[in-house]
Amino acid sequence: MKRAAAWLPALLVFALGLAAWQWIFSPLAGKFLLPRPSAIGSTFWHNRHVLLNAGWFTFKEALGGFVIGSSLGIVFAVAFARFRRVGNALMPYAVAASAVPIIAFAPITNAWFGVLNPHSKWAIAGVLCFFPVLVNTLRGLISVSPEAVELMRSYAATERDIFRRVRFPSALPHIFAGLRVATVLAMIGAIVGDYFGGAVTALGVQIENSISLFDFPLGWAAIVVASGFGIAFYLCVVLVERFALRGVPPV
Amino acid sequence: MSAPVDSVVTLEQISKQFAHGKTVALQGIDLSIERGEFVSLIGPSGCGKSTLLRIIGDLIEPSEGRVTVHGKSAHQARLDRDYGIVFQHAVLYDWRTVSKNISLPLEMLGWDRGRRAARIKEMLELVELTGFESHHPWQLSGGMQQRVAIARALSFSPALLLMDEPFGALDEMTRERLNMELLRIWDETGSTIVFVTHSIAEAVFLSTRVVVMSPRPGRVSEVLEIDLAQPRTAELREDPRYFELVTQVREALARGGADSAFEELAPEEGGE
Repeated sequence: MKRAAAWLPALLVFALGLAAWQWIFSPLAGKFLLPRPSAIGSTFWHNRHVLLNAGWFTFKEALGGFVIGSSLGIVFAVAFARFRRVGNALMPYAVAASAVPIIAFAPITNAWFGVLNPHSKWAIAGVLCFFPVLVNTLRGLISVSPEAVELMRSYAATERDIFRRVRFPSALPHIFAGLRVATVLAMIGAIVGDYFGGAVTALGVQIENSISLFDFPLGWAAIVVASGFGIAFYLCVVLVERFALRGVPPV
Repeated sequence: MSAPVDSVVTLEQISKQFAHGKTVALQGIDLSIERGEFVSLIGPSGCGKSTLLRIIGDLIEPSEGRVTVHGKSAHQARLDRDYGIVFQHAVLYDWRTVSKNISLPLEMLGWDRGRRAARIKEMLELVELTGFESHHPWQLSGGMQQRVAIARALSFSPALLLMDEPFGALDEMTRERLNMELLRIWDETGSTIVFVTHSIAEAVFLSTRVVVMSPRPGRVSEVLEIDLAQPRTAELREDPRYFELVTQVREALARGGADSAFEELAPEEGGE
């Protein structure tokens, strides 16, 4: 009951926002350019099978990139933390690369792997995920207090023991912060990758096509589906995080 | 000079330089600590007392000199897990419960689950934390966290306990209570303790010997025997002899140049 009450203000804002869209903004902008939520809703319902299939298809593209990019990010961070000289030499480039609008490379990965090949979307989503996961993981691995390491050395621990029992667990909150950002980037990568060409069953392609045919309600419905999958993806990672960090103080 | 049989720690001409010799942290330290002693290292900030403690524990290598722990090199002693260490901050691992924190060194030693559980129970009784097994460190007060750290350091029964200002971050009341508790544990376990502190009162109250160090470069300026009766009781803090000894340590610190050290404002490098 208490939790429901805590959510009430947010729900109220949501309802008010929808109402304002339906009866104020949409009529002002014109129903053609800004379809009403009711119209988007009914369009979604009529096309739900196509849209949800497309959403699932693009989600799989995003997931592939997320898994590849995040795994590589963690592996590289571990290597950089272990071999600090190599890390120090390469990290400035990783940080610089994370500031580059990598999404601009989407047409190139499409050209490399072929627009219909899911690998082209994995590539762009993966590269997008790689940098935040790398940077966050490395920060977590090296920000362990010196005394925590000294303590392990006093037990004659090897570097491997120190990594397994101290560095990795204490880096977990940082790793999950990186993974959460990566879910969002992976969805963006997959959808924008679709924009530059992809299978007709892909959500990005659906959005692109419907907007170019001026079918705005269908375009909006597809965007809502994209948001739904994105949020669900994010929440999945949050759930895993909650489980993995159940003993750690809430921040 | 070879280490006497009953010597737990022997330091011979220990020196330590940081920053390629630009900072001399320690110079020519000779010290021998016998079995069962409680030795405090006291001195102004930056005198290298924490560095010296880490040299004994082979966590820092001396630039010159020889360290012997239990008749072997400090390095071998560390590999043999001959000492337990407690820092100013409890350094507990947040993701481990109190029990699991105490269990960590035992896991490293490869003890099986049953043996670990029995020892953890014993340790929790020793530091009076029975009932807090499954709490996480961040759910405990600072004093309780430090008791967990002490339990962890003692869990594998090392004969030597190194303590780096373990009560420095605690309030005065908690500190005095933990002083009593530490003395009881020292008495029960018969271990040798090397204790770094800033507090003159604490050093005198706890120790059998107080090693007074001079400001950088750190040297042993004086060693004072503390001849107060054993076991120490809380009433001792009002004993005239206790006050005399506190005064002696304070004067020894002043003679060592501790007063001028406060004006020097030397940059801190490489820890203490």
